[in-house]
Amino acid sequence: MKKTSAHAMAASGALLLLATAAQAEGEINALVWCDHTDPALLEPFEQAHDVKVNVKEYEGTAAGLAILDQSRPGDWDVMVIDTVDVGRAVDQGLLAALPGDMGTADFFPELVMADSNGRDGTIYAVTEKFGYNTIAYDKTKVDPADMGDLSILWSDKYAGRIAVYDYYLPVLGLIGLEQGVATADLTADSVESLRDRAYALKANARQVSDVVASQTALATGEVDILIGGGEWVTAVLSAENPALDWTVPSQGALRWSQSIAVLEDSENKDMATEFVKYIVSPEGQARLATSSCYWGMPANRAAGDVLTDDQKAALRWDNQDEYLANSQLYPTPDADLDLAMQDLWTDMLQQ
Amino acid sequence: MSSIERSERRTAFAFVAPALLWTLAFFLVPFGAMVLLSLAHLEGREIVQAYDLGNYIKIFTDPSLLKGIFVSLEITMTVTVISVLLAWPLAWIIATQVPARYQRLAIMLAVLPFWTSYVVRSYAWALVLGQNGVLMQWLIGIGLLDAPIQIMATRAATIIGFVHFFVMLLTLTIYANLIQLSPNYARAAADLGASGWQTLRLVILPLTLPGIMTGAFLTFVLCIGDYITPQILGGNNELSMPQLIMLQLGRRGDFPMASALSVVLMALVTLAYAATARWLKMDRV
Repeated sequence: MKKTSAHAMAASGALLLLATAAQAEGEINALVWCDHTDPALLEPFEQAHDVKVNVKEYEGTAAGLAILDQSRPGDWDVMVIDTVDVGRAVDQGLLAALPGDMGTADFFPELVMADSNGRDGTIYAVTEKFGYNTIAYDKTKVDPADMGDLSILWSDKYAGRIAVYDYYLPVLGLIGLEQGVATADLTADSVESLRDRAYALKANARQVSDVVASQTALATGEVDILIGGGEWVTAVLSAENPALDWTVPSQGALRWSQSIAVLEDSENKDMATEFVKYIVSPEGQARLATSSCYWGMPANRAAGDVLTDDQKAALRWDNQDEYLANSQLYPTPDADLDLAMQDLWTDMLQQ
Repeated sequence: MSSIERSERRTAFAFVAPALLWTLAFFLVPFGAMVLLSLAHLEGREIVQAYDLGNYIKIFTDPSLLKGIFVSLEITMTVTVISVLLAWPLAWIIATQVPARYQRLAIMLAVLPFWTSYVVRSYAWALVLGQNGVLMQWLIGIGLLDAPIQIMATRAATIIGFVHFFVMLLTLTIYANLIQLSPNYARAAADLGASGWQTLRLVILPLTLPGIMTGAFLTFVLCIGDYITPQILGGNNELSMPQLIMLQLGRRGDFPMASALSVVLMALVTLAYAATARWLKMDRV
């Protein structure tokens, strides 16, 4: 039987063309998430180093790895990647070792994540931003005290006023937390035990929607609560819609984090490393945290000196110690568990 | 066969060859590859090339996947019927009641929404149909409702979004058919004692069947394969086949299952073609 890489199947000619663009002097090519495309983030670095940062946006680790798979060695210098997936990239030999001192001394300790970002004492990536998949809500429409308990989402009180974020990993993780199952303990069997609870949540919800539709539904009053949402949904709207808020309930929340790394095949590693250092510097961190695409907490606590009070309030800066202690990392399922979770999610959507 | 006939055949083939090559390169070969891939399956995160019908069996035995077929068919049939019922009178009014010099303007106004982006139009409907949207405000304002009801994120919203789009398409195909009809048909019917309603029902309507069926077939094909409208307006409260295909591609990386679902989708379109082929006379439209 012939085995074919899923990544190879996923590649398109268009990506190939994009990835094979010749790298010019004074340029670095970065494979990033949308928050890195904000000129307010990139321009200070470009001006300081007289370099052009070319960014290509992608979503999902699999898509990012597929792009690398279809590119020529050296096409890409920097990559933003889910922190829990850094190990996958290291296993494939894609990431370069970073210098020992990447300024993580000022980081929130929980966000250094040396085990995820490194291997055998070598650092391959640095956490740059984090946040929570939890409960976002309109505080003028719901009782904020209710939002401290996840189980309220299954009650009649908010029936038909809830949107579910359409991403199976965090939401099934949250359902697990509500049922007392830690994300690290999720197995194919324990996921199956969440089926009835997932169906009941769907029955209580008005819609299951992606980022844009969820944010729109919450902002327009279509729904009052978004499960799976967090500061990344509400903070960016805080100035124009201060009624939107978020919290971490007593059962806890899922914590997402993204890391930034230099690619092993980069032909411009020095400049790429400088870019990583800039991103994790207090100034870079503050700009990244409040990027126009979505907001999130900076991994570097020193960014607090740069952010304004309003920005820190929207990010719930003062609650971070409590939230960090009461949050768990995303589930990191193997292939079988991943498919089991997706099957459950599809079945839930069709209910 | 004479040399002249052979020469004519070669010339005819030369003219047809580019179209044949185009179809071969951009339809038959990719479709063959997709059928081949649909026989493979996913093991872990790897695609294993095999030659069995496992994916097809799963489509017709897994309740979630099977439901996707029925959801798509129900939505598509509903949209097609409603669109025809709305488009025919509209096309008839434009073709027969609007003075000839204003018909072009009327058609342009009818298809004006085509000029906007499909995605933007769907999001616009989301704002219109929402809890605090224009429609609810109006219905409450005139006293028809006391409180908003849910239309957005339901099948009804998906159908409304589709019908808005496809009424325009059907109006065009039916109008094109109507204006080709000689007025002598109606005159002859009147001479033979038919009332206006009888003429419309027994003469004009049957003669516009090619336009209706062509538009209905196009509506069926475009509607059953559409991902954007149900995704934006349906609220993921049920999944149509294109949504299931996108789930396989974007989330599971299950290209074989996505291919199998696509082949089934194509089979449904083929069946629709077979059912309407006798009326599909493009030269009459």
